[in-house]
Amino acid sequence: MESLDTIAQVLASTIRLTIPLLFACLAGLYSERSGVFDIGLEGKMLVAAFAAGAAAAVGHSPWLGLLAGVGTSVAFALLHGFAVITHRGDQIVSGVAVNIIALGLSAQLGSTWFGLGGQTPQLQPEERFLPLTLPGADAVAGVPVLGQIYSQILSGHSILVYFAFAMVPLTWWVLFRTRFGLRLRAVGENPAAADTAGVSVNGMRYAAVVCCGVLCGFAGTYLSIAQSAGFSRSMTAGKGFIALAALVFAKWQPVPAMWACLLFGFLDAVAIRLQGTALPAVGILPVQLMQAVPYILTVALLAGFIGRATPPKAGGVPYVKER
Amino acid sequence: MLTRTIIAITATALMAGAAIAADKIKPAVVYDLGGKNDKSFNQGVFDGATKFQKETGIKFRDFEIQNDSQREQALRNFASKGFSPILAVGFSQAQAVAKIADEFPKTQFGIIDMVVDKPNVASIVFKEHEGSFLVGMLAEMAAKSGKVGFVGGMDIPLIRRFACGYVGGAKAANPKAEVFQNMTGTTGAAWNDPVKGGELAKAQFAQGADVVYHAAGGTGVGVLQAAADAKKLGIGVDSNQNGMHPGSVLTSMLKRVDVAAYTLFDAAKNGKFKAGVQALGLAEGGVGWALDKNNKALITSEMQKAVDTATADIKSGKIVVHDYMSDSKCPY
Repeated sequence: MESLDTIAQVLASTIRLTIPLLFACLAGLYSERSGVFDIGLEGKMLVAAFAAGAAAAVGHSPWLGLLAGVGTSVAFALLHGFAVITHRGDQIVSGVAVNIIALGLSAQLGSTWFGLGGQTPQLQPEERFLPLTLPGADAVAGVPVLGQIYSQILSGHSILVYFAFAMVPLTWWVLFRTRFGLRLRAVGENPAAADTAGVSVNGMRYAAVVCCGVLCGFAGTYLSIAQSAGFSRSMTAGKGFIALAALVFAKWQPVPAMWACLLFGFLDAVAIRLQGTALPAVGILPVQLMQAVPYILTVALLAGFIGRATPPKAGGVPYVKER
Repeated sequence: MLTRTIIAITATALMAGAAIAADKIKPAVVYDLGGKNDKSFNQGVFDGATKFQKETGIKFRDFEIQNDSQREQALRNFASKGFSPILAVGFSQAQAVAKIADEFPKTQFGIIDMVVDKPNVASIVFKEHEGSFLVGMLAEMAAKSGKVGFVGGMDIPLIRRFACGYVGGAKAANPKAEVFQNMTGTTGAAWNDPVKGGELAKAQFAQGADVVYHAAGGTGVGVLQAAADAKKLGIGVDSNQNGMHPGSVLTSMLKRVDVAAYTLFDAAKNGKFKAGVQALGLAEGGVGWALDKNNKALITSEMQKAVDTATADIKSGKIVVHDYMSDSKCPY
């Protein structure tokens, strides 16, 4: 029973740690499928986390925080869009710029507004997205395995967690079953053909970038007002880049993206859980090794195990109409 | 002849400058990455310096660095503008202090948490193992399961010293005590990762821990939050963090950096600045544990008595708490 409990706890922790990656990964999916590379996911998450933490603290409502987080993230996404779609700037350079601006701006504004060394004030429970207990979770908690899965792993997360998983099939449906999705993919693969067919390449790309901003906003909001109780400096800690790795790993497909993010979240959860615990036959693994495992795995998997990952053909290339 | 005159004039000017400096000092503080409002370590220094400013009317200047490369710049900037003493907060400033102390041999420097062996640097270190020993006892006595946890920030000997003292205290209260230990990371980012801190604490609670002690700077905010969310107990560090979640913080291990900052400035003001190492432990009032209205209900008279006895024993030398940094081993 105890080992089952342990597994359940690790899986619940996996879900909590996966969510920011999943939002960010899906965000990148929209943008990159339309041909706009975005390494600024990290920066957008960070400003969203800051805006959400600040707005929730000032406005005393998590929903206000969410609104502010998404709004700020979309503004940064549009900035990236303006630079690379309208002005055909280099997408990598612009993405790096977004990251740097986000890092400096969030810390600086935080210090100036709240005087807490770049943090936002500690949030009260009613200002956060708190864990929800799914109907009947307590009733079935005693049932072995199935009851445990329901009550310990599936129940007890904030509403944003369920929303993140709902976004996976929704994204698949939007991209592969709607006209909007077809056009979005078309401008990412062959913008000239899409243009010939009368699709506004720049318009589609802007729409994709906005979708990306919205989802990054959710990722950041989750970090600062659901997972923790306030923003702290550079709290994204590289999650945006891991999400990018997951995106490549999943070959730019929504459902594999979810599995990739769950894998990274799982590795993180296991690393946290196994730290300092003696394993049979191996003994206590060094902390450093446990923390390096997700990164080692990323490199190893990207280096060969997943086969060729082909990015959208027009990715990274600004579209110039023929004159 | 001319050269000699110039030297003489310069020397006189310097002496005059020194005389003025002794009259009225220009103290400055350079904080570590957490910033002066981290509700913990750096804030303690800020409080001590503020107290000094209030009592003496001597204003102090301070600087919050935003990244590692600013340490040297900030120190040099203060030194070149004639500030002295300059107090550098945190072990990571050691290299910068050593370098700038050489460049400005007449300026007085202080550093907290690290030893810099220069003739113009006062190094103030704390016997954190002694304070951690006491909160370890409290934690174990408050834990119904007999299991307690520790979440450290960056994995460095200094934090291992906290952990080792804590284990020693827990084992002293109950030889069968089980202590879970986790470190958040191996880079500076480990001081500012409340999400990970929260997850580590949750994992320890899931393993049966009832009380979790953090020595993790900003990461600890997540640890205390997780304790409050799980209706368990956390233990704060450095400053008094009992008020962050009243009723959910068992106590805080106090590291009186405020006293250290105040004492350093005061000594400089009275011309009694002394370079060298000062180790502040229980006997010197440098470390301790916090008891106030927020945690009064959590500390039973039995716990208080046990800790008071241990405090007296440590002060008298009857109990010697092992210092991890002396041999990089923890015997408990």
